[in-house]
Amino acid sequence: MNETILRTEGLKTFYILDVFGAQKVVKAVNDVNLNIRTNEVYGIAGESGCGKTTLLKALAAAIEPPLRLVDGYIFYYIDGKAVDVATLSPEAKRRLRLDYIAYVPQGSMSALNPVIKLKETYQDFISSHVSGKSKEETIQLAERHIAELGLPPKILDSYPHQLSGGMRQRVTIALAALLKPSIIIADEPTTALDVVVQRGVVQLLMDIQKKLKNTIILVTHDMGVQANIADRVGIMYAGKIVEESTTEKIYGDPQHPYTQFLINSLPQFGDKSTRQSVPGSPPSLIDLPSGCAFHPRCPHAMKICMEQTPDLITLDTDHKVACWLVGGEHGKTA
Amino acid sequence: MEKLLEVKNLTKVFTMGSILSRVRLTATDDVSFYIKPGEIFTLAGESGCGKTTTAKIILGFEEPTSGTIIHEGKDRAETKGKKVWQEEGIQAIFQDPFGTFNPLRVVDRYFFETLQNFKMAATKGEAIELIDETLQLVGLTYEEFAGKYPSEFSGGQLQRVSIARALLTKPNLLIADEPVSMVDASLRMSIVNLFKRLKEEASLGVLYITHDLATAYYVSERIAIMFRGNIVEMGPVEKVLMEPKHPYSQLLRESIPEADPTKRWSKRIVLAETEEEEYMRVGCKFAGRCPYVMDICKNQAPQDIDVDGVLVKCFLYNGNSATPHE
Repeated sequence: MNETILRTEGLKTFYILDVFGAQKVVKAVNDVNLNIRTNEVYGIAGESGCGKTTLLKALAAAIEPPLRLVDGYIFYYIDGKAVDVATLSPEAKRRLRLDYIAYVPQGSMSALNPVIKLKETYQDFISSHVSGKSKEETIQLAERHIAELGLPPKILDSYPHQLSGGMRQRVTIALAALLKPSIIIADEPTTALDVVVQRGVVQLLMDIQKKLKNTIILVTHDMGVQANIADRVGIMYAGKIVEESTTEKIYGDPQHPYTQFLINSLPQFGDKSTRQSVPGSPPSLIDLPSGCAFHPRCPHAMKICMEQTPDLITLDTDHKVACWLVGGEHGKTA
Repeated sequence: MEKLLEVKNLTKVFTMGSILSRVRLTATDDVSFYIKPGEIFTLAGESGCGKTTTAKIILGFEEPTSGTIIHEGKDRAETKGKKVWQEEGIQAIFQDPFGTFNPLRVVDRYFFETLQNFKMAATKGEAIELIDETLQLVGLTYEEFAGKYPSEFSGGQLQRVSIARALLTKPNLLIADEPVSMVDASLRMSIVNLFKRLKEEASLGVLYITHDLATAYYVSERIAIMFRGNIVEMGPVEKVLMEPKHPYSQLLRESIPEADPTKRWSKRIVLAETEEEEYMRVGCKFAGRCPYVMDICKNQAPQDIDVDGVLVKCFLYNGNSATPHE
């Protein structure tokens, strides 16, 4: 089995807002334990507003007020040594970015500076992380990097607006892989792209992973994309991981009712029968339902679901579920 | 056959750049299709293929360079100068519901204003009754919506509100421009199911513009695949999506990710470098990426060929045969 590269322990990050003297707490990431390994693609799936993006911010050490680390730890494994991210200085975190961990935020197509050519953007990135390189050397490095990833080198001479959306997205991903980081975090990299371009972006991510043998943490609500690229998938609901397993098991034998809904709601070709969407709407992270947060929408809700929060239990190797229906004594008696 | 909307030989040319370096870009090139009353017709294709330009012309936001639009037997040219959405029963909804409504304005004001503009209600009581009736069609009620700002709704709810707003004037045609691309998969189905229900209950015709072929297959009867301003394949969804004929449709169909880890993509694909380059191409616009490309494709634009009830723009069906090359 591969080694651990990133681990969280009881991670809780809340948005603490002060609205006219009244405190509002948005429990965006609520007790998450992740163990992400080297050389794997870890997918995180869930509806909008379930805390996926906040979790990524925490993993990328980009916690800034009003987001606060309330409890728990995030460990990076740098050269085999566990480093508690909370103890790092801002300068140390900046050094780690792009070098150890690269974060491709949502809507990153608009992250490119519109008034400078792409090669200047590359220069900016390189000069802020690698010292002692001349201008020519940085351009050569950028050209080589772009060519290795199968993108046309002439794009370095263009401005972002001259490229299509899909190409811009691929350039930003290529930029994230520039210094060969151990972890690349991508937040909804394919959302709002059409299917062919989406496939191109997935192809690029896979190429990078194969070449660098690093870890990619991919967040998307598109279960089709997850099935295509992820090695393991974690399903997130209301700030918690409710099911985690290998991709084959998540799709072949989903245990949590929410996972089953997510997979079954996808329309299939050759089947025009009515598909049910997940009933109800996602809960507000300010005012979470008691017990299991999914119980108001769950067709199998029992009494215990309203009273107690189920723990994430291990079913068999690599398959974890947080549901009273599955395993445990409560599940058997119910 | 009765036609609700007919678009004939629609061409729109945009010119860009200065006088010296003028670039002419044909956003829609000789596009023709029709929609029957109470039918969901899908216009599919990738970003920048001219789907939205077509919608804008139908809605009267843009003037076509050439071509005609006939709605309920009336030629658009005759009603020229009048606002389409006021004179005719056409309404529209757009991709981002949060961009549709002013964030600083209570959403119900839009409903009252629409009723005022169309002189549909004499008193406030009547207006509320009408609004409540329409909201119930989309699964909402007046009570849970009155006095709320857009930020107080979830994305799926607000998209349903914008559909209700469009339905208020009792249109017979709804232009839905990428209505589900911003909402996630589970909410997507609730909106698409709503179209299906409205079609059956209110016999509403829908022009469903999307790049999501899975929902297109699920809701619509006929589909047109657009590529760089041309409709490359058009016909019943079962035929076009289950056995695509045009190489571009085949690529589209293959690229839809299936929720099954055993069916991963294995073939590699080539993407266009810039959209402009493909728009400028003489001959078939797909020739640069087509695995079956022949010499004729590079010089001559293909014509529509009827293959088994499906219109295809491809030389492969002209009696030529070719094998894919790498």
